[in-house]
Amino acid sequence: MNLAYYPGCALHGSSNDYEQSLRACLATLDVQLKEIDDWICCGATAAHSLNQKLAVALPARNLALAENQGFREMLAPCPMCSMQLLKARKAIAGDQALRRSVSEIVELEVRGETQVLNLIQLFESIGLDRLKAAVKAPLSSLRAACYYGCLLTRPPEVVEFDDFEQPRSMEKILEALGAKTVDWNYRTECCGAGMTMASEQTVLELSHKILSNAATHGANCLVVACPMCHVNLDMKQANIERHYGVKHAMPVYYLSDAVGLALGFKPEALGVDRHFVCSAGG
Amino acid sequence: MSVETAVSDPASIVPQVESLAHTQIRDCYQCGKCTAGCPMAAAMDSPPTRLIRLLQLGHGEAALRAQSIWQCVSCQTCATRCPKSVDCAGVMDALRQISAERGVATPAQQCVVLFQKAFLNNIRRNGRLNELELIAEFKLSTFLRGRSISFLLKDATLAPELMKRKKFHLAGEKARNRAVLARIFARCMDKSRL
Repeated sequence: MNLAYYPGCALHGSSNDYEQSLRACLATLDVQLKEIDDWICCGATAAHSLNQKLAVALPARNLALAENQGFREMLAPCPMCSMQLLKARKAIAGDQALRRSVSEIVELEVRGETQVLNLIQLFESIGLDRLKAAVKAPLSSLRAACYYGCLLTRPPEVVEFDDFEQPRSMEKILEALGAKTVDWNYRTECCGAGMTMASEQTVLELSHKILSNAATHGANCLVVACPMCHVNLDMKQANIERHYGVKHAMPVYYLSDAVGLALGFKPEALGVDRHFVCSAGG
Repeated sequence: MSVETAVSDPASIVPQVESLAHTQIRDCYQCGKCTAGCPMAAAMDSPPTRLIRLLQLGHGEAALRAQSIWQCVSCQTCATRCPKSVDCAGVMDALRQISAERGVATPAQQCVVLFQKAFLNNIRRNGRLNELELIAEFKLSTFLRGRSISFLLKDATLAPELMKRKKFHLAGEKARNRAVLARIFARCMDKSRL
């Protein structure tokens, strides 16, 4: 499978461990990622908070780049990026005048035909049976709390993915890898998202609730498919523990870490050793 | 069912909010479902339901000055659960944009505004986010507006931790065609709406 790859800024920055593990898994599963040449940032929360035009134009330029480079499908492993790309695609698809004006703004014809996949959808398209057959080291010691956060399932009319209140797609993948999953309450609650720098207290409070609820329901790790969620739950976990005077010691894996470990990769080959919270017996 | 709203006032911001957010403020019938699901509601001066009500009653200025629009984490829960399909998350975006354009954010709210402005400046210059540069610009701009030295230095210990884990590109990446970025930003920053 030949797939356009839109890494987004996080996967080429402080979440490069996410890129490391997904590249390792996908190479083993015969998915060839072709990075979109000269991609630009999707604008993220800053664009949609301050300038609605930029919030469409920046992702639209990336859609146009992918289309001009001959791709029909792209992987956007960051849910912020994939939501922004899908939102721009949807806006353009339903409005000829907007499509023309955006094409002029970004200096490329935007057709809005490229399909945008998140990482869960990519694993689903590879197939649970194929994943199951490729497992070399079943994740039998994991009791995973699958954490979706906000933008994998919301807004539902934009992302059109899974059930927005009770998603199950990650659980199905984890179970195919031999892990147990736990039922818990914070699967689609927010971790504090992009407030990490501007309002740390927000992140500490929301992420503390997520970590606490996962532990209460018997989880021994969290599994995420979002770089921002990983930053807030993993990198900020020590601050959360200090602030609330508790010990969470909850390892946080990217979905691609879980797949990679089950495929037989060593943690170091996936970048799991570069997380802030050490994995214990995972 | 419908709620009573104010007689429309020519200075009202409601048409601009509705046009930016592609939604109808009067559709809200004040059921409170948005606020019930909002992870930030407990800390907000005007949680989502109240914010929409302020707009319905013609108190646009109060809505623009609400602390809550800068506390919102854009999680989309409010809009997702609204039984009347009011895009409340989109209304938050619209209020932030208008508030930032008019410069009405209070000093307490400036932190988030400054972060997002520093983020967009960074993208305009580089095409891709340079995290180190972003943090430096954000910290400096908040310091110059009266934030403490301890806030300035707060995340300094994080840098060596990230370096140790090879999670930082010191130089950062840049898109090649940065001239087009400058033109895209110039076209989007004019006042006309999409």
